[in-house]
Amino acid sequence: MIVASRPGQFMLGGAGLAIASMPLWASAWHMQLASTAMVAALFALSLQVLVGATGLVSLAQAGFFGLGAYTVHLLGSPPVWITLPAAVLAAGVGALLIGPLALRTKGFFFLMTTLAFGQMLFFAFHDTPLGGGTDGLFIVRPPLGFPVPRAARPAVFLLVNLGVLAIVYTGLCWLMGTMLGHALQGIRSNENRMAALGHNVQRLKLIAFVLAGALAGLAGHMSALTDAFVSPELLGWHRSAEALLMILLGGIGALHGPILGAFALTAVQEGGTLLTGRPRLVEGVVFLAAVLFLRQGLAGWRLRARKGVPTSIGDRR
Amino acid sequence: MLRLGIRTLLASFIAQLLNGVQYGLLLFLISSGLTLIFGVMGVINLAHGSLFMIGAYLAFAVASMTGSFWLALPAALLGGALFGAVLERVLFRRFRTRAHLDQVLLTFALILLFEEARSALVGNQFHSVPIPAVLDFSVPVVGDFGYSAYRLAVLGICLLVAAGMVWLIERTRIGSAIRAAAENTEMLDLLGFDAGRVHTLVFAGGTALAMLAGALAAPLQSVYPGMGDGFLILSFIVVVIGGLGSVAGAFWAALLVGLIDTLGKAYLPQAAGIAVCGLMAAVLLWRPTGLFGRP
Repeated sequence: MIVASRPGQFMLGGAGLAIASMPLWASAWHMQLASTAMVAALFALSLQVLVGATGLVSLAQAGFFGLGAYTVHLLGSPPVWITLPAAVLAAGVGALLIGPLALRTKGFFFLMTTLAFGQMLFFAFHDTPLGGGTDGLFIVRPPLGFPVPRAARPAVFLLVNLGVLAIVYTGLCWLMGTMLGHALQGIRSNENRMAALGHNVQRLKLIAFVLAGALAGLAGHMSALTDAFVSPELLGWHRSAEALLMILLGGIGALHGPILGAFALTAVQEGGTLLTGRPRLVEGVVFLAAVLFLRQGLAGWRLRARKGVPTSIGDRR
Repeated sequence: MLRLGIRTLLASFIAQLLNGVQYGLLLFLISSGLTLIFGVMGVINLAHGSLFMIGAYLAFAVASMTGSFWLALPAALLGGALFGAVLERVLFRRFRTRAHLDQVLLTFALILLFEEARSALVGNQFHSVPIPAVLDFSVPVVGDFGYSAYRLAVLGICLLVAAGMVWLIERTRIGSAIRAAAENTEMLDLLGFDAGRVHTLVFAGGTALAMLAGALAAPLQSVYPGMGDGFLILSFIVVVIGGLGSVAGAFWAALLVGLIDTLGKAYLPQAAGIAVCGLMAAVLLWRPTGLFGRP
């Protein structure tokens, strides 16, 4: 896992400042779009903990995202300092329950079981009164603790999302440098070697699974806060696949890859809707082109010559 | 009065039981292809549910153009085999040795493109395909309560296909090549088979079965966008429960899942989706490689 180089970090910081200055020059619509992209980036970043760092491809991630979002609704929108930890906790507990089961399997089986568990969460909100209807519902935003006039909402949520994204990204940068981060990356490159070295691989994987789930719940919470809307579709496996595409688009080998990928995919989706009216067609073509030609993602175009950058994860039979 | 109540309950239970078996057999048609394609080629095909949808739309197109539903079945089989062969040669062949993530994204792209092609060609409306007139009657089960003859015919066709598959895999030369490929592709080359051809054959066969299942299901439910989604998830669960690459495992797991899903939807509608996943979780706890999978 490549943490951005010093110039790369300056570029990321510059992009963050540019987004932070959006309230000065951008329209409300553009700020909402940037918020959508940042929530997507947060979600893809949570999945990167599994995919890029540990080498586990999970399709259950959207389930934890949805758990986080629905927590806001189920609690009846108390202030944000209650909903945010609650959403993280709910998604983390969900991951803690599903993780030990799903992690009994490897490779292809892991994909299928996470797909099925993710859909189970989807059904739990789609088929029962818990979710409040199959079409989704508008919710009351949890109060931020200070009054936000309607006109200022896009700017405020933009800055809040930016702040959360920056904190999570910095935290993950730090984590990748710790013993735990190194151990997770060791599992990605060779699980048997890590076991032979005496690491408890199963427990490390579970830690990654729960951490990723909790972060997905945080992303879901930010989505509910930004859009004031939740629907069972948030938990559907299509969204997990989209997050995987963001990671592939941005680069599997880089921690900032999912952020680039999330912005790129949001732009592609929005552009596809505006220009062709058939966003799925555009998205499908981008998926296909990315998987056929863009093996190292946007973050990887400079890294091609460097040694030791993983181009894919090694869980082939 | 009480007798009538019990008989009604019994009749509806038998009907649900038959529905479950018939649904399970349709699931088997889909998941047997999925499990073979993974077992032999090592490829995850998330677009398998879309192939089911394409089969249903093909049946709708053929039935409404020619007026005969019976032409739709061979059309789905042959069209599916051809389509599958092309897909394997053009795309899936290159992804055989790629990481699972790439396979997931490739096949997810195919889902989006198939859905979009469907929307451009036939639109987004719901369609219905009439049950063929010959079978549009009901067979008495208990007293006055009957069961649709077409559903029984679907049940019979699926059983025939299953028997044919067992014969093909266990008794023929092609079948031994398929079994060998599931073990080890290099060995297949050493035995003098063309591994590439076996892969094309398996993929074409799997596609044909999924599209046949779609065509058979068309008169049972309406033909609509995304109709393959539910089947995709359930057939993945079937493959996990049955054990990867095991056709026998897929058969028994499909029946089990079909029964639980159908009976669950009939008697406990809120819990049906969760019950099936719970079954999968239980099997995983007990045998992580599935009922018929090798550890």
